[in-house]
Order: sequence, then C-alpha cells, then structure tokens
Amino acid sequence: MKKISIIGVFVLLIPACVTINIYFPAAAAEKAADKIIDEVWQLKPGEEPPAKPTQTEPAEAKPANAPAN
Amino acid sequence: MKKLFTVLSLLAATLFSSSWVSAAADLDVNTPAIAAIKNSMQARHAQLSPHYSSGAVGLTADGLVAVRDATAVPLKDRGGINSLVAAENGDRTALYKEIAVGNGHPEWAGEIRSTFAGRWVDKAQSGWYYQNAGGWVKK
Repeated sequence: MKKISIIGVFVLLIPACVTINIYFPAAAAEKAADKIIDEVWQLKPGEEPPAKPTQTEPAEAKPANAPAN
Repeated sequence: MKKLFTVLSLLAATLFSSSWVSAAADLDVNTPAIAAIKNSMQARHAQLSPHYSSGAVGLTADGLVAVRDATAVPLKDRGGINSLVAAENGDRTALYKEIAVGNGHPEWAGEIRSTFAGRWVDKAQSGWYYQNAGGWVKK
C-alpha cells in the first residue's frame, strides 16, 4: 500500500516537472521584460509613465477671492 | 488507511510540484550577452527618445520600433533615423533571442518578443506612438 502511494507521488511528480519545462512562463517573462525596460529606458523600478500630462490642472475653476461680502 | 495515503501522496505531489514551479518562476536576464545588448540599447535611447516624443518613431506591435513619420525628424537627422531604427531593432531581436537561449528554450523567443511588445507600450510615455491592429495610436 505504501509502495502504491510512493509510486503515485512519482507518477504525479514527473509530469509536473516536464510540464514546467514545456510551457512558457508568461509571468516570469513579464517580470523580466519590466526589469529590462526599466533599465533601458532608465525608469525607476515599477514606475509607470507620467500619468496624464494632458489635463494638468482641471481644478482651475475656483475663482480666487470670490464673493466675500 | 489507503485513502489516507492517497490523500497524503496527493498533498506531497502538490507541494513538490509547486516548489518546482517557484524554482522555475524567474527568467535569468543577467547573462553577459543580455547585459551587453541592454547597455547598447540604453546608450541608444538618448538618441531615440526625442523621436518617440515627436512621433517620428513608434513602437510596433511585434516588439520593435519603426519610422512612423520621417517628416517629424529635423532635416539634419533624417539620414540617420533609418540606421538608428535598424540598430535598435537588431538589438531588440537579439535580446529576445538571448533571453530565450539563455534560459535553455530558444523556442520561447517569439513569446518573449510578444511579452515585450506589450510591456514596451505599457511603459511608454504619454504622447508616444504605438501600433495596434488598426494602425498607429498616440498614447
């Protein structure tokens, strides 16, 4: 019985190892890409591009010293 | 009893296989070949950056760069733009290949290239151009 379970472990383990070698590690590739792009473009790690330069100050609508009295 | 063993062995298998997964979770990008390409691209970026901003050069959907609007290049630089783009594309292609080969899977080069294609665009500054199915788009 013990033997069977040990065999079972191996039967499950072997395809697990093989699988990892076949499939493309997409998440790891993204991480690698980010690292390299950060270096090539000299961005700080994890830095996204400067957010929205188009709408710089939308809060301009407030009149400076409006109706006091 | 038998059931217990089965459950335990399944659990062990899961644990083992997940440790294999995490062992393989990183791609090695620190080979000398990759470092050399990276340095060359980093140095060239100073020249390419104004062309990205002006829209003269854009990021293509296949992880390369292309001349988008040569008229946006100052006349004196216009002759050099094609060789600049060609050099950058040579480095990029070599980079994707080296990452794949350096990790023992030359067949991954295509997928690495498409991963990069998406990430270049995501990290591009606003105002830069990139290519999608419909053509050039300003970010």
